[in-house]
Amino acid sequence: MASQTTTTPFGQVSARRKAVNGAMTVLIYGAFALALIPLLWLSATVVSRGVDRFMVDGNGDEKFNLDFLNQSMRGIFGGMPEGGIAHAIAGTLSITLAATLISVPIGLLAAVYLVEYGKGTLKRAVTFLVDVMTGIPSIVAGLFAYAVFAVVVGPGTKLGIVGAVALSLLMIPVVVRATEEMLKLVPNELREASYALGVPKWLTILKVVIRTAAAGITTGVTLAIARVIGETAPLLIAVGVADSYNLNLFDGRMMTLPVYIVSEWRKGDQPCNNPEIACVPEITEYRAWAAALVLILIVMALNLVARLVSKYFSPKTGR
Amino acid sequence: MSKRIDVNNLNVFYGDFLAVEDVSLAIESKSVTAFIGPSGCGKSTFLRTLNRMHEVIPGARVEGEVLMDGTNLYGPGVDPVAVRRHVGMVFQRPNPFPTMSIAENVVAGVKLNNKRMSKSDVADLVESSLRGANLWEEVKDRLDKPGSSLSGGQQQRLCIARAIAIKPDVLLMDEPCSALDPISTLAIEDLIHELKSEYTIVIVTHNMQQAARVSDRTAFFNIAGTGKPGKLIEMDDTTTIFSAPAEKATEDYISGRFG
Repeated sequence: MASQTTTTPFGQVSARRKAVNGAMTVLIYGAFALALIPLLWLSATVVSRGVDRFMVDGNGDEKFNLDFLNQSMRGIFGGMPEGGIAHAIAGTLSITLAATLISVPIGLLAAVYLVEYGKGTLKRAVTFLVDVMTGIPSIVAGLFAYAVFAVVVGPGTKLGIVGAVALSLLMIPVVVRATEEMLKLVPNELREASYALGVPKWLTILKVVIRTAAAGITTGVTLAIARVIGETAPLLIAVGVADSYNLNLFDGRMMTLPVYIVSEWRKGDQPCNNPEIACVPEITEYRAWAAALVLILIVMALNLVARLVSKYFSPKTGR
Repeated sequence: MSKRIDVNNLNVFYGDFLAVEDVSLAIESKSVTAFIGPSGCGKSTFLRTLNRMHEVIPGARVEGEVLMDGTNLYGPGVDPVAVRRHVGMVFQRPNPFPTMSIAENVVAGVKLNNKRMSKSDVADLVESSLRGANLWEEVKDRLDKPGSSLSGGQQQRLCIARAIAIKPDVLLMDEPCSALDPISTLAIEDLIHELKSEYTIVIVTHNMQQAARVSDRTAFFNIAGTGKPGKLIEMDDTTTIFSAPAEKATEDYISGRFG
């Protein structure tokens, strides 16, 4: 016998289901909002505090300028309102680029080995080692690179290339993992289609498998770059600090953005005793925040470029 | 352009597992040969030994010989890659390269092998191959569109165009219509009839009417039970197989009384 509330043969949505649905909706939207809070808060803080340095000109007056981006720290001391990150941007970009150039070929080839050639014990060993490498603390990678160069080149060697090696130790496992997953996603049918056309295995891998997975590989490499571009500890050890431009990875110390942030922050407020000289006590803090803002913008730009590249490479669909 | 194939006492293995046992048969030049039989009986496995695609699977190997116009494909010093340039293959599911346009897919066999060709030669090859696969009229205005933008039946004909663009002697088809609707199937069957004048064609099919419609000769494969190797039961003219097969097993299968 049908109950009195039933008006259709299918009954109605029960009160319990309505209640659960409502509760879950609130929960899910709540979790989303909660996850968004730190992100928005962080972005807002970095932007609002990062602009301070751009609002101070060479005379210590409040006037918007971009000197910060094209000055180095050469000859800057105390509370001088000048001083910028041009040398740190150059250092970060060149060291990260070098790390990418080292780790992408190694990571790509290792992934090709794991997916297309590897079998048995060696494959398992490589997979295990890559897993272990993923968990290496960045400071250990920095110490290792520093120690290797200390033995090979000489004690106390601090060069851009040492930092690049340290960063590539952190990048390689990420690149291997990402590339491996992407290569596995390439359907076997495409490999067979290529073989059946009389294409040798190496050309099949190069022009079909990697080409098909190129979009995903690009994304993986970008994530790996984003992972290491903000690394501080290994670069502090392996590259050191510098106040002026140095674009030579093989000669002398270099400055990088994360290390710049740390070293400015550590200086603390500067004394301003002589009213004759332009002086801003909080300038070091301004610089640190502004450098953090620039670092975030660089990572964002990188992600944007990667999206464009991966869109260009991705398999085309549609009519 | 077309060649005959003689298979002598071929055993096909996956590792230690014997998948197909002791097959001997002859495939005539410029004819269509159909392989029929229940699932798992080794028809596709056997087909893949004819262009050495079988050994792409790790651990897979064969014993015996496959003679193409007298040359053993499994003889010493034979390059499997070169064999595949002479024996083309069309797969069960259409598999155009997703990163390539329609035209690029057609000439993939040439381009992937890093061979240089003049632009006009490429255009000629694209047109002649697509005409050969009865696809030219449908796609000639959108050759630069991605291959995956075509319908399933068109994609399969694109794959046939891709296979004949490398000018093989033999064309193997592994259930080429099983993923297609009846109209696309008809288009492919008509195409097989036309291709027969130039190529030796071997087709695996689950559809017995299709075997009866397109093939000149039919081979029936069967399997005694799970874990047992597949065997060639009999091979004869298609009309004979479907009207008066010599073996009881064949008759049971084609009349639906198997197992």
